Amino acid sequence: MNTAYVSALDVTAGLVLFAAVMTLWRRGVRTIVSILGVQGLSLSAVALVLAIHEHDTALLVTGGLVLVLKGIVIPGLLLRASRLDPKSRETRPLVNVPASLVAAAVLIVLSYVVSARITSLAPSDATRLVPLGMATILVGYFMLVTRRRAVSKIVGLILVDNGIGLVAYLLTSGVPFIVELGSSIDVLLVVVVLQFLMVSMGRHSDVDVLTERRELRD
Amino acid sequence: MNRVALSVCTSVLQLALVGVGSLVLLGLMAKVKARAEGRVGSPVVQPLRDIRKLLTKERLHARHSSVVLALAPMVITASAAVAVGISPIIGTHPVLGQSADIFVIVYLLLTGSVASALAGLDPATAFGGMGASRAMTIGALAEPALLVAVIALSVQAGTSNLPGIVSSTASHPAWVFGPVHLFALGALLIVVLAETGRIPVDNPATHLELTMVHEAMVLEYAGPELALVTLGEAMRLGLLFSLVANLFLPWGVATGDSLGALAIACAALVAKTTTLALVVALIEVRSAKLRLFRLPELLAGGFVLSVLAVVMGLVIR
Repeated sequence: MNTAYVSALDVTAGLVLFAAVMTLWRRGVRTIVSILGVQGLSLSAVALVLAIHEHDTALLVTGGLVLVLKGIVIPGLLLRASRLDPKSRETRPLVNVPASLVAAAVLIVLSYVVSARITSLAPSDATRLVPLGMATILVGYFMLVTRRRAVSKIVGLILVDNGIGLVAYLLTSGVPFIVELGSSIDVLLVVVVLQFLMVSMGRHSDVDVLTERRELRD
Repeated sequence: MNRVALSVCTSVLQLALVGVGSLVLLGLMAKVKARAEGRVGSPVVQPLRDIRKLLTKERLHARHSSVVLALAPMVITASAAVAVGISPIIGTHPVLGQSADIFVIVYLLLTGSVASALAGLDPATAFGGMGASRAMTIGALAEPALLVAVIALSVQAGTSNLPGIVSSTASHPAWVFGPVHLFALGALLIVVLAETGRIPVDNPATHLELTMVHEAMVLEYAGPELALVTLGEAMRLGLLFSLVANLFLPWGVATGDSLGALAIACAALVAKTTTLALVVALIEVRSAKLRLFRLPELLAGGFVLSVLAVVMGLVIR
């Protein structure tokens, strides 16, 4: 039972970081959004595994919420937004793909080194995986600053949020349900607002490459 | 049966099995690709027949070539043979198994790649130099990923000795389903595709000057030397396939000292490498060759996967 719990936790938490790396690797915007959905599912799996192991009903509900929101609703919304321009690809990121993958490797090692102190405070099967959450946050920030497409930037934002969620689940076995509900709805709202902005930008001009815009017309 | 005799027996069996088997694997992959594309394809043993035919032909060298061209086939085959002899392919106690460190194996493979690059440069043809340059570029990107991916496994096993990694993985079956093995397997599959010149990286069936990498280097070879180069490259492929199979599915590898276990190990190896060859052939059928300038993306992906595996290994140790 215990080894099954540990390896399930390891694999699901590993998948969250793996999905973050994959978003840097692939170019097609639709592919990136689908990978984001996989990450949401893995994140909810982490919460569910923890909830089942600790018999925590609130965390179980949180896991279900994350499953629906980050696994299905947000990727669905982003897919709909990217359907306006189905062939859109991250053609010229500020840092090219091989360099960003090497940067991701450096960020992963960095977060391992940095988190060692945090995890040594209360070593357990869950807290030792905190470096993965930290690395997801850093990769998310990296995506946010180096990608030009609006969808990619939203994906970077959600990567950061998923990383923070992963760290929270692993360190504290889940924040209180009401806090999780609040933050999830915040993220949903941000995505809806950004999607609305993106769609209206796309309607005015065919450039959704944010760095190439000089002005915002209404 | 004493230990030494068994070690010698293991190594000899490994050499024989990989020497013949890897050529059959090449034929099998060609057959699977042909069938998937709706062709009949040549028989599975065609590479063996080609070798036999090449051995009966005369040796020919380009007029301005030096001794490098003549030596390279031997270096390629000998380095591959040494690596095959000491690696844990059917048993964990081959001859010199205690020195079958991951670094030793990687450098033996590298010796072979450098020899074939020099052989490509030596006759001073345009294609040879181009192929050598491309092969070195790919190798420089793939070798670090190979090294780091196996280091991830060695972090978990606590040793960088390949037979040691295989036997400790066999005694901890839960590791195989852990994230370290998952990510390292992903990285190693990419590296194996690159190192053996399979489709997303290089097309073994093409002689089109724009795309060929490995074929461009061996273009000046004919007769017995071409046979030797082909055998050496096939053994590299066989070695990499069986290492991947044994590092990730260590069951069946003979850990004790009995001849029966070796026989079972041979059967297990054939089954595992055949499955891997089918998987690689299907990947080849389903994917197009990448543009050369896109290759760094694929290989950097393999590298970051292997780094991910190492950090996973350190985290969950």
